[in-house]
Amino acid sequence: MKQLLILSGKGGTGKTTVASAMIRMSEAPACADCDVDAPNLHLVLGYGEDAERKDYFGLPKARIDKDLCTMCGICSDKCRFGAIDMGDRAEVNPYACEGCGLCKAMCPSDAIEMLPSVAGDLMLYSDTERGIFSTARLRMGNGTTGLLVTEVKKQMKKAAGNAPFAIIDGSPGIGCPVIASITGVHTVLVVAEPSLSGISDMERVLDTADRLGPRTAVCVNRSDTNPAMTERIRSLCSGRGVPYLGEIPYDPKAVDAVNRGLTLADVECPAGEAVRTIFGKIVKLMEGGEGV
Amino acid sequence: MKVAVLSGKGGTGKTMLSVNLAAASGPSTYVDCDVEEPNGHLFFKPDESSEETVSVLVPRADRNECDGCMACVRFCRYHALAYSLDRLTVFDDMCHSCGGCAEICPRKAITEHPREVGVVRTGRSGDVSVYTGTMNVGEAAGLPVIRRLLEMTALSYDENIFIDCPPGSSCSVMECIKDADFCVLVAEPTIFGAHNLEMVSELVRVFGRPYGVVLNKVIENERDPSEEYCLDNGLPILGRIPFDIGLGRICSEAGIASRENVVFERMFREIYEKMTEMVSR
Amino acid sequence: MKIIVPVEGASGISEISGSLGRAPYYLFYDTEVGVATYLENPVADSPSGAGVGAAQTITDAGADVLLTLRCGDRAYEVLREAGIKVFLAPSGDAGSGIEAYLQGRLSELTDFHEGHHHGAV
Repeated sequence: MKQLLILSGKGGTGKTTVASAMIRMSEAPACADCDVDAPNLHLVLGYGEDAERKDYFGLPKARIDKDLCTMCGICSDKCRFGAIDMGDRAEVNPYACEGCGLCKAMCPSDAIEMLPSVAGDLMLYSDTERGIFSTARLRMGNGTTGLLVTEVKKQMKKAAGNAPFAIIDGSPGIGCPVIASITGVHTVLVVAEPSLSGISDMERVLDTADRLGPRTAVCVNRSDTNPAMTERIRSLCSGRGVPYLGEIPYDPKAVDAVNRGLTLADVECPAGEAVRTIFGKIVKLMEGGEGV
Repeated sequence: MKVAVLSGKGGTGKTMLSVNLAAASGPSTYVDCDVEEPNGHLFFKPDESSEETVSVLVPRADRNECDGCMACVRFCRYHALAYSLDRLTVFDDMCHSCGGCAEICPRKAITEHPREVGVVRTGRSGDVSVYTGTMNVGEAAGLPVIRRLLEMTALSYDENIFIDCPPGSSCSVMECIKDADFCVLVAEPTIFGAHNLEMVSELVRVFGRPYGVVLNKVIENERDPSEEYCLDNGLPILGRIPFDIGLGRICSEAGIASRENVVFERMFREIYEKMTEMVSR
Repeated sequence: MKIIVPVEGASGISEISGSLGRAPYYLFYDTEVGVATYLENPVADSPSGAGVGAAQTITDAGADVLLTLRCGDRAYEVLREAGIKVFLAPSGDAGSGIEAYLQGRLSELTDFHEGHHHGAV
């Protein structure tokens, strides 16, 4: 399965808008939303509550049995994450606990247990004519996002069987979830924003992708809001040898479409046309090389 | 007053708002905790006077002392340790620096050593002290850099501290808001914006912090799903920042609107005053 | 010689697992005794570092050879350290994979994917 991953570095550049349009125009047999911190793709693809749902377990969390606890305070002293408060009784802050288990190992009265903890929800939509859609949502305050991203991709691949092609919406940033989303994909398309911040973030995400080996390409969204910055991105790409696939103009119709739960492929508008052209180039780029 | 500025999704204008609030509220401290993609320094262009690397501790075993009992390998839930033949291998980037392996080693053969994961730069821009945390490319988690930033700025003498949080509602965002006096949620007028506003408002309510919403990129007479969410759920609205070509241009060039234009200065100043009023209540 | 293969099930003809770290079981085959046994993978559901955990299990079991579809760079580091050879298995059932290895039809795995912190496998 050849996978196309849409990333941006900076948030809010229009990653999901571009991904959803490409999913519609390609009739992708499989797609996934790996932005598990703030998943939005389902909103514009029109998926409801009828997903097959699974709990995602993160690292376990400590729990102190107050009947056995003698309030010696060793666990609290040893915890590097400051997760145990010694008030009227010793209590674990589940949001701070990273599940290392040192408190349990050190407790002289055997009062601490490590309990499984649900860190997120995995969702799979598979009984639709549209193909497979895999997504997840991390519960707040959790940090183990990399594995959840991997699970989203795994679930998609398993359900999609021999589908030749998949489109994945990634998450902002360059950390753990982004690295996990890049692993194993054929091409990364970076949707850049023509601003100083956007350029800085685009370079950091390209650096991250380069360490992991997929092909990369860049397009600019809302390119006409700052033509000089757009030009800078184009020349940066040519300097790095990254294919520059084109520009998407700012288009009020695009915002309106998304707010009505439609993708750019569902409405006639300049931004939609631009995405179609860029998508054509991406397909050529991906067909040009060997598969994954 | 310590103010955390956050938003569920990226690109809603979190940095733009934090930077302008800091610039419009008199002597203040601006802390860029979006350590994966720090951008506040691009706006402030501070004269960066000092730089400090951020390190975490990772374990190393003394081969003469280690007898291969593997207690540490069995202990480590992150599987950052492995033992084969007569050698302990440590995978540094999988280590959470809990210190457990060193603590439980029966022969005290493990010691901990610093490993660099990022950098904190400090400098000034006008009457604003600017703290920027940058996570090294290829690192998985920015939390150690964020913790260091918050430690450093906890000692600030400035009356106001503005914390520019990372996007999302993960543990690193929690770290940023847990000592804040007030949380500002920035939302854009799309269904994405409204959905993420819902997620992030849940988070601030868990922490019981006073909070308010700033609606950004507002277009007059157009539907704003984020505003609808606020009105339907009783979220206090601090202010509305219009979708404005001029403001957009200043921001894309990383300019500070409240320093360049009195109209914008007044707008950010009003948002700041509304917050102070809510905190004192 | 002791051969180990990550598999999806613990009985009969099991399919070779697509993941070294998250395979539910390991088939352990001793050519001298001619008997296959199954080891449960204790780290199959671990949110972090399953590849390294799996490599530790394989090392502790005293295997000489691992047949697998994929192997992360860190797991490989552990296996190499322990002197275990890693061969690229054909997808399908484990029995055919072992047979292919014994007939000298498999080659050593040379492509180790990048694993990382917090769970990509």
